[in-house]
Amino acid sequence: MTTIHKFGATPISCHAWSGNRSELALSHNSKDVTLYNAKGQGWEKTAVLDQHDLRVTGIDWAPTTNRIVTCSSDRNAYVWVKGPDGQWKYTLVLLRINRAATCVRWSPEENKFAVGSGAKIISVCYYEKDNDWWVAKHIKKPLKSTITSIDWHPNNILLAAGSSDFKVRVYSGFIKEIEPKPSATPWGARMPMGNLMTEFSNSPNGGGWVHAVSFSPDGSKLAWAGHDSSISVADAANDMLVMKLKTNLLPMCSLTWIRPNTIAAAGHNCVPYTFIVESDAVKLGSAMEEDKKKESSGKTSAMDLFKNKDKLGQNELETKLNFTHQKQIAEIRIVGGQKGDVDTFSTCSLDGKIVVWNLKTLAGQMKGLKI
Amino acid sequence: MAKNTSSNVFRTLDVDQFNEDNYKEENDTDPAALGPNDSLITSLLAANKPVEALTHLLSGATLGIKDQAARTASLTLAMRVLMAIKVSQIDDAVAQLDNESRDVLMKFIYRGFEVPNEGSSAHLLVWHEKVFTVAGVGSIVRVLTDKKRV
Repeated sequence: MTTIHKFGATPISCHAWSGNRSELALSHNSKDVTLYNAKGQGWEKTAVLDQHDLRVTGIDWAPTTNRIVTCSSDRNAYVWVKGPDGQWKYTLVLLRINRAATCVRWSPEENKFAVGSGAKIISVCYYEKDNDWWVAKHIKKPLKSTITSIDWHPNNILLAAGSSDFKVRVYSGFIKEIEPKPSATPWGARMPMGNLMTEFSNSPNGGGWVHAVSFSPDGSKLAWAGHDSSISVADAANDMLVMKLKTNLLPMCSLTWIRPNTIAAAGHNCVPYTFIVESDAVKLGSAMEEDKKKESSGKTSAMDLFKNKDKLGQNELETKLNFTHQKQIAEIRIVGGQKGDVDTFSTCSLDGKIVVWNLKTLAGQMKGLKI
Repeated sequence: MAKNTSSNVFRTLDVDQFNEDNYKEENDTDPAALGPNDSLITSLLAANKPVEALTHLLSGATLGIKDQAARTASLTLAMRVLMAIKVSQIDDAVAQLDNESRDVLMKFIYRGFEVPNEGSSAHLLVWHEKVFTVAGVGSIVRVLTDKKRV
């Protein structure tokens, strides 16, 4: 079953849920972030965060510490903390980049966050107590182009970045000031800050921006979606084997792991798809929604039919897609459960809707759903 | 007005090359320009086995060759094979191919559209439709995004 939340007709470019999922932060492709509180069946606007000068490109809400970080094309990031009076106080974070920030993610322990930018730099920012401000450390080598997406490894140290230079890289985001040295992982043993652990190319044929990256729940696999309509999974435990599936669909823009071996991805097709990861290949699961073909009203007379055929070239004027979302999906976020064990997830789209998908009821309703 | 505004030669100057921030393409070495075995394919065509010629052509095609003459030659050969296969045989031919070959075939079809000969586009359109039914929009997206052209 899907729950549809409408927020007007303007595109929603990014969204984030609060820890208890009763609050929602979203941005309508503008410089404002609007916060909503769940009220009965609908949503009540509680606050507008409008410190940015240019379009907000990423929002992330830390579930435990209840802090929001937003990044924008104005090369800044703000960390928002809710004061005792209910007002959101902001702190500017100097990222020291000279191009737009494109994406932001809190680390699993929420003591630092990473911002990708068009300046070919990833800024990993942590809070310095002595000076009461956020310090940014840069990861530069060997990024050649804009970073389009970022995901943290569950060990709070490693960081995957997908970029528009058609590559996915795993870096160490270790900040020695705030955390102990990590133990070895399948991705490598030495993890000084900014160290490139591995690099994957999206395609042997050279192309395809990487739109989304996501570590598996145990951190041993890394999945990414490329603009060449492909989904790839790299398995660190299996000698960095890369399994790639070239799909018949339009490219995906966002993905996450809903089961230890299943990925949900959504993008230009306007409907989420599942992909099953087997030991040596990735296979297409199924779409999360059936094509809801509307029965023709039956009242159209023969004359109308031919009139339409003459004027429009087809029997009826079909302007609506047969899916819940009418435009491409921008982001997938987990709502209920956590990575690898998801009950519900939400998708925000350019048609102004946020749709929450409930996997249990969907599995019951759709016979062909493969999770 | 100054005299030099009448000239717009400056528009042909590529200022991006002077920008240090430029994305520099990784210059991969030329792939072994060993294209498909031309003589084998021509002999298969002559022996009236165009579908086999197609399978050989597609599995042997190298992408990313920089030499323009070699690319044009491979395109001409590909067009000969595609035209030789009759409309009724196209379905079987496409069904026999694997996914990689279908992607390469779609790339050849689009290149064929670029240089239309008599009646070639109509035949190519039929090919396009048949490959599209099997390989979907994904194959067309890959024609556009893959940097190594056929």
